Amino acid sequence: MLTIEGLSVFYGLRQVLLGVSLEVRSGQVLALIGPNGAGKSTLVRAISGIIPVQAGKVAADGINLLSLPAMQRASYLAVVPQAVSMPPAFTVWETVLLGRTPYLNFLGQISEKDEQIARLALQRVDAFDLAERRVGELSGGERQRVLLARALAQSTPILLLDEPTVHLDLQHQVSLMETVCSLAHNDNLAVLLALHDLNLAARYADRIALLVAGEVKATGTARQVLTPELISMAYHLGVRVIPHPFADVPLVLAG
Amino acid sequence: MKLLPFLYTLLFLLLTVILSIAVGAVFIPLPDVWRVLVGRPPQVVTQAATIILALRLPRTALVLLTGAALGGSGAAYQGLFRNPLADPYLIGVASGAGLGAVLAMNVQWPDTLLGLLAVPAAAFLGALVTVFLVYNLARIGKTVPTTNLILAGVAFSSFATALTSFLMLRSTGELRRAISWLLGGSTQAGWGPVLTMLPYLAIGMGILLLSGHALNLLQFGDDQAQQLGLAVTRTRALILLAASLATAAAVSFSGIIGFIGLIVPHGMRLWFGADYRRLLPLSLLGGAAALLLSDVLARVIIAPQEVPLGIITALFGVPFFLWVLRRSKNQGYW
Repeated sequence: MLTIEGLSVFYGLRQVLLGVSLEVRSGQVLALIGPNGAGKSTLVRAISGIIPVQAGKVAADGINLLSLPAMQRASYLAVVPQAVSMPPAFTVWETVLLGRTPYLNFLGQISEKDEQIARLALQRVDAFDLAERRVGELSGGERQRVLLARALAQSTPILLLDEPTVHLDLQHQVSLMETVCSLAHNDNLAVLLALHDLNLAARYADRIALLVAGEVKATGTARQVLTPELISMAYHLGVRVIPHPFADVPLVLAG
Repeated sequence: MKLLPFLYTLLFLLLTVILSIAVGAVFIPLPDVWRVLVGRPPQVVTQAATIILALRLPRTALVLLTGAALGGSGAAYQGLFRNPLADPYLIGVASGAGLGAVLAMNVQWPDTLLGLLAVPAAAFLGALVTVFLVYNLARIGKTVPTTNLILAGVAFSSFATALTSFLMLRSTGELRRAISWLLGGSTQAGWGPVLTMLPYLAIGMGILLLSGHALNLLQFGDDQAQQLGLAVTRTRALILLAASLATAAAVSFSGIIGFIGLIVPHGMRLWFGADYRRLLPLSLLGGAAALLLSDVLARVIIAPQEVPLGIITALFGVPFFLWVLRRSKNQGYW
């Protein structure tokens, strides 16, 4: 279980996150939604320890993650960044193996077990046949799957994803969300997913948190958070919320 | 880990070592080389024995170590800065060493062992002080952004080079000596330089050889590397220090030899892949072989005179580099 308490982050003099408190239970997917600039990416980066935090705690089952050295923290939480640029000459296999870093010696020597875990991770995201391909040759959807496989190879109880569907087409958006959800439920992972697509969040997440201007305005189920009042307030836009035609979730329409 | 790349490179290195011992103003036939090395010189080959043992062997060792330091550091710098144009002189080692050396040349040192070490020591110190200053200039709080490092390095290098040029113009007596040092080449004979350099090279290259995995992680950017578990700032500082130490030791006796640190890693990457656990040791071996080959050419082209090593590496390095660039255009080899 991931517990975030009173997290506050400043960029220089500007306050980007103010007293953010969230809880993600194991086996659950929490979608973090909010307008651009609300601080979703910043929150993911702050939790993973790559930007300094002025106040607050991030704990996994009681252990304060921010006070751990990077190597230990990496065995508790893994991050799937947006489909960022990766060194094109590395193969998919080499990339996924890097996910085993927290468990390797400083020389980076790989054991049979590490290879087994990497292989399994690639199979889970349906990318095993890409193993020998170079990362530079892959499409956006394939790269995102490789990043997810690498995070899985890290064998952590917590998974953070930073807007993973941004560059994906419809098919890959759906397939990624379904993979992430099945992983959360089957492997009992606590998953925090920063998402810009409200309806994807409604469809796939167990709980949703709405972040506006660095503060959590609402948390709860899709029905509780995706209300016309809250969404209009957050996005400065008139919206209608209707029942989804074939899923038991709300559907948000702009205008 | 595949062994074939190492075998090829080691073989090439061995060939260049043999060439370096056999070839020069006086060509020593291979059977005689063998006899001297094995320790059974008959009277006929005593001249060859002197040449080999007193001159060729130590020189071969010096060039080998220098090339290894430059090749390995070049690979490390390219990995650290994630930039294909990076070379070991990026943040000021060369300009700092040059300034130190030229400063020392303006002083009349006594003709003792210490006196002989004056210029190399000054070059070594100049190099390390420059890196230290550049690093701290680029630092913001606890992090050292790559862009700042490069900018500070360029700024400092310009400054140091300007000072060096000024000093050179003022001391016309030492001008030729300074130019010769700056162009690169072995100026001192014997085992002294090799033994003096060895500790710094051993430490620097030792650390680099263990840094392959860390450099692989760094290729994905500081953020991803840290999220995967690397202590980024500390590791980058350590690798930078090790590479700078090795390079400073290399240039202190051999002057500024360019292109080895830039080209050898690219060649190795093109042939054997971008995994730094392999690339670092291969660049080390490749750098040694490439510089040995260049040194043989330097000795032979206008024998009995020698062409400064830096000129040879530039002359032959540039076409080779262009060839590597052309070969690599269509493959994602970086």
